Amino acid sequence: MRTGFFAAQKLDTPIHKLSGITKLLCFLILTGAVMFSYDLRVILCVMVFSFIVLRISKITFSQIKLMVIYVVVFLAVNALLTFLFSPAYGTEIYGTRHVILELFGKYDITTETLFFIITKFTKYLSVIPLGMIFLLTTDPSELASSLNAIGVHYKIAFSFSLTLRYFPDIQRDYRDISQSQQARGLEMSNKAKIWDRFKRALSIILPLILSTLDRIETITNAMDLRGFGKYKKRTWYSKRKMDRGDAVALLISVVLLLGTLIVSVFINHGRFYNPFI
Amino acid sequence: MKTEPIIAFKDFSFQYFSQSEPTLHDINLEIYPGEKIMIAGPSGSGKSTLGHCLNGLIPFSYKGEIKGSLKINGQETKDQDIFRLSKIIGTVLQDADGQFVGLSVGEDIAFSMENDRVPQEEMKERVLKVSKMVDMDRWLTSSPYELSGGQKQRTELAGVMIDDVDVLLFDEPLANLDPATGKQAIEIIHDIHEESHKTIIIIEHRLEDVLHREIDRIIILNDGRIIADMNPHELISSNILSETGIREPLYVTALKYSGISISAKMYPGHIETLNMSDSMKSALVEWYKSVEFDNHDTSRSRVIEIDDVSFSYEKGKEVLHSATFQITEGEMLSLVGRNGAGKSTIAKLMCGFEKENKGRIFYKGEDIADKSIKERAERIGYVMQNPNQMLSQPMIFDEVALGLKLRQIPEEEIEKRVKKVLIICGLAPFIKWPVAALSYGQKKRVTIASILILNPKIIILDEPTAGQDYKHYTEIMEFLRKINALGVTVLLITHDMHLMLEYTPRSVVITDGDIICDEAASVVLTSPDIIDRANLRETSLYTLAQISGIEDETAFVQCFIDYERQVKHK
Repeated sequence: MRTGFFAAQKLDTPIHKLSGITKLLCFLILTGAVMFSYDLRVILCVMVFSFIVLRISKITFSQIKLMVIYVVVFLAVNALLTFLFSPAYGTEIYGTRHVILELFGKYDITTETLFFIITKFTKYLSVIPLGMIFLLTTDPSELASSLNAIGVHYKIAFSFSLTLRYFPDIQRDYRDISQSQQARGLEMSNKAKIWDRFKRALSIILPLILSTLDRIETITNAMDLRGFGKYKKRTWYSKRKMDRGDAVALLISVVLLLGTLIVSVFINHGRFYNPFI
Repeated sequence: MKTEPIIAFKDFSFQYFSQSEPTLHDINLEIYPGEKIMIAGPSGSGKSTLGHCLNGLIPFSYKGEIKGSLKINGQETKDQDIFRLSKIIGTVLQDADGQFVGLSVGEDIAFSMENDRVPQEEMKERVLKVSKMVDMDRWLTSSPYELSGGQKQRTELAGVMIDDVDVLLFDEPLANLDPATGKQAIEIIHDIHEESHKTIIIIEHRLEDVLHREIDRIIILNDGRIIADMNPHELISSNILSETGIREPLYVTALKYSGISISAKMYPGHIETLNMSDSMKSALVEWYKSVEFDNHDTSRSRVIEIDDVSFSYEKGKEVLHSATFQITEGEMLSLVGRNGAGKSTIAKLMCGFEKENKGRIFYKGEDIADKSIKERAERIGYVMQNPNQMLSQPMIFDEVALGLKLRQIPEEEIEKRVKKVLIICGLAPFIKWPVAALSYGQKKRVTIASILILNPKIIILDEPTAGQDYKHYTEIMEFLRKINALGVTVLLITHDMHLMLEYTPRSVVITDGDIICDEAASVVLTSPDIIDRANLRETSLYTLAQISGIEDETAFVQCFIDYERQVKHK
């Protein structure tokens, strides 16, 4: 119960050594590149790259198992919905129509739509590991300074890191309150009716809000007494210095972004890679 | 003294806008640089408000009307701002956990420098230097979850000292600490005072604990007025403590029981300075010999048996190792040990909140492994430390009735039972009141009532008196004793040594998941080894017995306990 949520581990890999800002910027640059491009070849390159980085940062599968399951389910649903709402989208984009399987009405499976859906699926799949790497290898206390460095106001950035700081406490409060309510006789099973479930949630949330408000008052006083908000800017104790590793990481990201742009402009003449013409 | 006072209140009054009466009246007080002051008083006496006036939370965060003047370093505080004041007066708040702002020790210590835009290299340097002063330099990268209460408090202290303030203000520094850590805290404050000659102000109601080290002056507040301003020896030989309901040191109580009248000439402020004449010593010994020992009845049946129980939250990290002990029907006992020792875990296992990995728990001889949380609650009640975490209904009646309503008991019976339990808990007049209108102690009683309504045979209370002054402490504990007299077995999870001494004849001590002692409180509190391992501290009665040449210190402590019980319940 000590770490809970974003359990950034203190490992000694090249990725952990990067500063939070670098990781955030690389994440944003690469996400930009992948989101811009619909070229499967380019996306696959980034995907391979992000899996290599995942490997380097020594993140184990058990750490990200839950997130992976969520992502895969989400992507599958997303792909299905894309097909249901616009089964002919691939044809609209690529201008050709090769039917693989004829279903009812307009729901024919075409190579074009299939290709589009696969492209989109890979897009997400190449970006999500990068997000996980950022969250799992960045010290939570560095998150705030990283956000602040890319222009987020420090009060907002700090409230973000404070949320992380108090998340485990509130989680623990929730568990304690829920246990004591169960002892009173509250049924936690999902068999209860909607109205009962609502009342049940209320009887846990009310004490939780009250105890959280107490916490907020204490922390606000503590922060006031130590000069939070005195100036328009502040410095950060846990901000990491940029060094060569950061420069290399940023360079790789920028090269990948430029590569994507070059492929789009000079080879594909657009955001899409069209293998059908 | 020739120097100018660093703090000067003159005809100072303060009234919160939300209150109809002033909280502080006509305060006149001067504090000089380098003094070490204790501000004491019962809850609601205005001592915290006085602290807030000093550090600027009043009037900058809590609004209200100020009359008269408060000058710090010769400047009127209301013309300044909280940031400037925080550079002169550094405050260590009582809840070290709640005010831990950073995600690591180093970051937390640096917090105020970050806000002052100090460059990073300088911050690192200064953090290292200050953390050494409080012995936290090896923990700079640790997160608050890896620290003990004392370590968190030392971090807070470092975070305040980093600004090189002139005055250190401690707001109830002992509130959340176990006895040994509290003792260390007082020693650290003392060392800092010796080394830096900063002005120290300690706001506390635990007089004996603060007097573990020297104090220049004690200011007593009552109903918003200063009623005493004297040195510890004068204060203890006066009647002021008993009049204001502040607990006097135990050794003083013992001396009084033996008919010795306390005078300032005896230097009674600290047990170390106490000067007893031979006639006084023999008076004490006489008294000790005259007290009749209570017979402790141990022939009753067992209500709970914990048999060889082990438990771990995470694989490989066992927090309870083969614990075995029994609870006798109708007894009132305490479960003590440092934070994280496994006390609450035992309670949670008994209530079924967690499931033991090994061993069995019996209720009246019956294995309750297959009983649900709800079923166990009808036998074993659990009252959490913070009433705000238990109260889920806006009205008192509904709160107390909740357990019955959720068990589909008919309306008429619910009403009858709620009325009955509210009478027992002294809350009958409030039956139609909203919970929000009650004081902390009353809320506590509502939570106890809401558990008692299910007629459990045993109730477990987690730190029932934490943060309470002597008066409220006595109120809550006498109430529990009454419940106990009605036949309900009471298990108290605590590290309050007074509570152990005064209310629980038997104490079970747990350390690092092992039960290391199961004895009378008088034995526990006079065994140096147990005291050390469980983060307790020895009672001043033990020292008093030694000073007076009484050989069996344990018997002396037991004599004190029995005598006190006889006096109180005659």
